[in-house]
Amino acid sequence: MVSQLTMNERRWAMGILIALSLIGLTMLGAGRGDAFGVHGAIVAAAAIAMIFVVISGYFAPEPGEERLTRYYDDPSKAGIVISMVWAMLGLFVGDWVAWLLAYPNLTFDAPWSSLGRIRPVHTTSIIFGFGGNALIATSFHVLQRTTRARLPDQLSPWFVLLGYNLFCVIAVTGYLMGVTQSKEYAEAEWYADIWLVVVWVTYFAIYLRTLARRKEPHIYVANWYYMAFILAVAMLHIVNNLAVPISLGHAKSYSLFSGVQDAMTQWWYGHNAVAFFLTAGFLGMLYYYLPKRAGRPIFSYRLSIISFWGITFIYMWAGSHHLHYTALPQWVQTLGMTFSVMLLVPSWASAGNALMTLNGAWHKVRDDATLRFMMVAAIFYGLSTFEGSFMAIRPVNALSHYTDWTIGHVHAGAMGWVALITFGSIYAVVPWLWKREAMYSARLIELHFWLALSGTLIYVFAMWNSGITQGLMWRTYNESGTLAYSFVDSLVAMYPYYIARAIGGLLFFLGAIVGFYNIWMTIRTAPAEARASEPDAPALSGARVQPGE
Amino acid sequence: MAIGQRDPHTGHMTTGHEWNGITELNSPVPRVIFFFLGAAFLYSLVYWVLMPAWPIGVTYTKGLLGANQNLALAKSMKEAAAARETWARHIETASYDEILADNSAMQTVRQTGRALFGDNCAACHGQDAKGGKGYPNLAQAPWLWGGTPDEIARTIQFGINADHPDTRVSQMPAFGRDQMLSRPDILDAAAYVETLSGTAPAGEAERARAAKGKEIFAANCAACHGEDGKGKHDMGAPDLTDRFWINGGGPQAILDTLNNGHQGHMPAWDGRLTPLDRKILTLYILDLRAERK
Ligand code: HEC
Ligand code: HEC
Ligand code: HEM
Ligand code: HEM
Repeated sequence: MVSQLTMNERRWAMGILIALSLIGLTMLGAGRGDAFGVHGAIVAAAAIAMIFVVISGYFAPEPGEERLTRYYDDPSKAGIVISMVWAMLGLFVGDWVAWLLAYPNLTFDAPWSSLGRIRPVHTTSIIFGFGGNALIATSFHVLQRTTRARLPDQLSPWFVLLGYNLFCVIAVTGYLMGVTQSKEYAEAEWYADIWLVVVWVTYFAIYLRTLARRKEPHIYVANWYYMAFILAVAMLHIVNNLAVPISLGHAKSYSLFSGVQDAMTQWWYGHNAVAFFLTAGFLGMLYYYLPKRAGRPIFSYRLSIISFWGITFIYMWAGSHHLHYTALPQWVQTLGMTFSVMLLVPSWASAGNALMTLNGAWHKVRDDATLRFMMVAAIFYGLSTFEGSFMAIRPVNALSHYTDWTIGHVHAGAMGWVALITFGSIYAVVPWLWKREAMYSARLIELHFWLALSGTLIYVFAMWNSGITQGLMWRTYNESGTLAYSFVDSLVAMYPYYIARAIGGLLFFLGAIVGFYNIWMTIRTAPAEARASEPDAPALSGARVQPGE
Repeated sequence: MAIGQRDPHTGHMTTGHEWNGITELNSPVPRVIFFFLGAAFLYSLVYWVLMPAWPIGVTYTKGLLGANQNLALAKSMKEAAAARETWARHIETASYDEILADNSAMQTVRQTGRALFGDNCAACHGQDAKGGKGYPNLAQAPWLWGGTPDEIARTIQFGINADHPDTRVSQMPAFGRDQMLSRPDILDAAAYVETLSGTAPAGEAERARAAKGKEIFAANCAACHGEDGKGKHDMGAPDLTDRFWINGGGPQAILDTLNNGHQGHMPAWDGRLTPLDRKILTLYILDLRAERK
């Protein structure tokens, strides 16, 4: 890692790390007795550990000029492994939460393991840890291949990857100590948020600097999506997290917004996090790895354009469907609802474009579980967007809101679409990155596929059942005109579904473990000569990278 | 720029762009996309015309239907209340005895009371009102504060050891922890308490203890629990001669209570539940008892 940095970059790295460790130590001093201080210690420890890493390679010979003829993939490789580590944590905790909801005593009487703390640990480690790292890793990979330009330097990609993970660690450890802004998917406190802005701007700069040096005349659609993801997330993150800390030595802050403005800002953020993090970024993945793996041209260039602009334009308006029948003025709800309905068209256009691209490659879908992961992901994408547009209609939402139906919708999207497209892309990219013939075991991919698919289906069906049952129970009146069921009655009715969901989640988690093992073995059991005969085509000379890649 | 090629499978031309082997077909956007885009937009347009939709300055377009969710909510709440009025008025005004004797009114109480109890009381007293450790059995145990409807209603309204100024107050002192009684005296008193609920002492030593305990009880406990140990409603002190225990029966639990005392907290529902709801709950609890008899 350090040996690939130029001398100048090593100096910069030392400078950044020393500054960071000083910041950490200052936080530690200012926030004694508060979670803020603990986070200072974490920052300082991480920075100092990295200082040792840099020192250990500081005097290694500089990389030669010939490095510029190859793409820079080390950060992508690291990102993929880190992403799988977060997947293990996120899925384990998710399944724990699932069992906890069926058996409430599973907190073992500790404060850190209560539902309110481990639930955001699940969402953050799976969305930002697993999803985010996979997006960063694949975006670097795709960006270089589709522009035929190497990343602009060796340091900033590492800064983005490791800095981003520092953010994730601070967020997750914070929840366990009870630090939260109480904004869903934006729970991390002000200092972590500021840090993420720095990281994210650097990320965007890498994209722009690479695109500026591109050797392809056109920008491939995957890059539009990745850029929309980076740009929109920056904007959402900054606005929703505007807050005033109670002191510079304390973790707690107060949001700049209050009341219904706060709610609207949060769900403008929340919905567009779904749009630009969980959708746009992963569509970027889909648009590269699916045609690559299928060996087919994209079904329609024009359809890509229409759906890209449709998605980016329409999603921004739809957030208020999370606040139907609340204090939010009705006209805002109307806009959210109608735009959500229109949103279905570009969403299905994207899913359709992906599936039609497979025309002529269906025999590969049958035989190749990696491609099948991507195909099923596109189907779940279509399914969950249809469901979402349906749920956004006010009278439908009157039934679905606050129920497990929402949770079913979330996981049809999150497990069926986000996780499956990620696993498919990772299985495609790992042999390319590590220069292997193929993954260690095709049969284990097959096994993972069926575990993941059955786990998702069990999860989603259980939640549809329980959500609709719940919704109906809550609105049933008896002849006297009063509620027929107490809340606990509905909980009792949920019990079997919660157990089913937890079992589905367990299958999904087992599948991911199989996947991690398979990836690990692919990396480890490398035929040595393959390493040497790296067939990567020179980026500078203008020649194409090897066709299989 | 490369020239597009014909894709043998679909027969379409590619756009001529290529990125690391990926090409794109120049196929037209399927008609159905425009159709659905149009349909969805039309739907939205109609909806915008009919409903509150677009902001204009400080106000917004109200829509032709004049829909207003706040007024609609208020109206449907009013209608629902009016539909309940027939029986609600009766329960509010009639006396407890009248209602208890009126089977159709009690039918309503059973229906409505079940969910009310489930949502507000079951967390402590259990779905079936039979209580649990720390929470009394409302369905079977002798009353702490008396079993007349008015006493029950009062407990529900003001709570026990609650934060309401009119709350009922009761406390079992911590005889051991606060050193009001010596260790042997506590053991003796506990032995006596056990005999009250009909568990005969096992041996000679226990019997002697219980006899000594009886005196200690008369001196220290009878003020609250009564000479006979059957409890006193004005103190909220439980009957110790029955098989129902708030803190769990058995020698160890009794000793714990004597050592550490106990003060149960029952929230006040004044201001949180309407007088009608509280009356329904009172009747509901009385009815549970009647059923169980
Ligand atoms: C937070 C727990 C809690 C909740 C909720 C609660 N109770 Fe209680 N309740 C208690 C406790 C504890 C006692 C006994 C107090 C004592 O030990 O002196 C009690 C006592 C009572 C009594 C007096 C019993 C007697 O023997 O005199 C009645 C009646 C009662 N509760 C009814 C209700 C009703 C009706 C509700 C729902 C509206 C309710 N409670 C909700 C904890 C609770
Ligand atoms: C100041 C009044 C008072 C005095 C004096 C008092 N008690 Fe109590 N006792 C109570 C009250 C009130 C409770 C109910 C506590 C609760 O659960 O909230 C109680 C509860 C108990 C219980 C537990 C009953 C159960 O259902 O779990 C036992 C046993 C008991 N008392 C024994 C004694 C003995 C023995 C003495 C004398 C040494 C004594 N008490 C003196 C008021 C008193
Ligand atoms: C092993 C698989 C999984 C299990 C068992 C699981 C379980 C859970 C549970 C129990 C909840 C809480 C639901 C509630 O509060 O009622 C939850 C919420 C959530 N999970 Fe998962 N999950 C899994 C996978 C995933 C994946 C892969 C993602 C994202 C990529 C994800 C994203 C989320 C989100 C966003 C929420 C919050 C939903 C909301 O607030 O509406 N989960 N999950
Ligand atoms: C056309 C596209 C979509 C629309 C219109 C849509 C609409 C909705 C609606 C109406 C809700 C319920 C709001 C509520 O009642 O609280 C919801 C919740 C949610 N959706 Fe979607 N959805 C879409 C696509 C997706 C996709 C693809 C994903 C995931 C990858 C996703 C993830 C979520 C999440 C995480 C929530 C839960 C938010 C929360 O309450 O915590 N959605 N969506």
